[in-house]
Amino acid sequence: MLSAEEKAAVTTLFGKVKVDEVGGEALGRLLVVYPWTQRFFESFGDLSTADAVFGNPKVKAHGKKVLDSFCEGLKQLDDLKGAFASLSELHCDKLHVDPENFKLLGNVLVVVLARRFGSEFTPELQANFQKVVTGVANALAHRYH
Amino acid sequence: MPNGVNKGAVTAFWGKVKVDEVGAESLGRLLVVYPWTQRFFESFGDLSTAEAVFGNAKVKAHGKKVLDSFSEGLNHLDDLKGAFASLSELHCDKLHVDPENFKLLGNVLVVVLARHFGKEFTPELQAEFQKVVTGVANALAHRYH
Repeated sequence: MLSAEEKAAVTTLFGKVKVDEVGGEALGRLLVVYPWTQRFFESFGDLSTADAVFGNPKVKAHGKKVLDSFCEGLKQLDDLKGAFASLSELHCDKLHVDPENFKLLGNVLVVVLARRFGSEFTPELQANFQKVVTGVANALAHRYH
Repeated sequence: MPNGVNKGAVTAFWGKVKVDEVGAESLGRLLVVYPWTQRFFESFGDLSTAEAVFGNAKVKAHGKKVLDSFSEGLNHLDDLKGAFASLSELHCDKLHVDPENFKLLGNVLVVVLARHFGKEFTPELQAEFQKVVTGVANALAHRYH
């Protein structure tokens, strides 16, 4: 999907990412920008306003968990379907998450990276990350039945 | 209008946007991140690399034109379908643009705003703009047949 150079560029930028913060922000923004996604997190407590979402420790913790998985995926860009196979089954069989939401989260992650990296988030990097998030979303949807 | 858009917040924020620059950057990033969109701009000359795209005077000019339209649309949030009716017919009947591409451009615009405005591009503003770009994309697709 990505050339060796593109993979290196993605890995280098992602190496500068504060995974805890970016994970929490990406999940938080998903819940605010696409409020129907809150239905998957009813046990998290108050998500009724942006302040509530961003003050919620369960959102922060889960955002970190999600982004840790994403980071792991970055090490297996040649086999994302393999890397995310069991998470795909989990999201289908147990969590019942509409796979469209994986694309939404991927797009929010791109927005968060743009916000944080500013000038450094070049068009080429955006192109590379867009391919990665699309690949991860497809991999997470792959075991759906 | 798109569900519950906070017109005041959107308009106040848009007042700070340098429409020429953001228009050019959004169109440029669309062409780099989603390269198939270049097919609609074959008369623009060299679009083969990010440098070529971002150095291309026709891309800059057209990006400004697109964002000027978008800006006009912000004055008609109560009737986006009306505001974009003739552009919708143009894109369907003459330009033959797949309406999926309007969503892609809208998403790229959100990324560009995040990149330019950093912290100021709060989750709430992102939510408002996501509703607006979705509303504009729907309005542009509305006259398709």
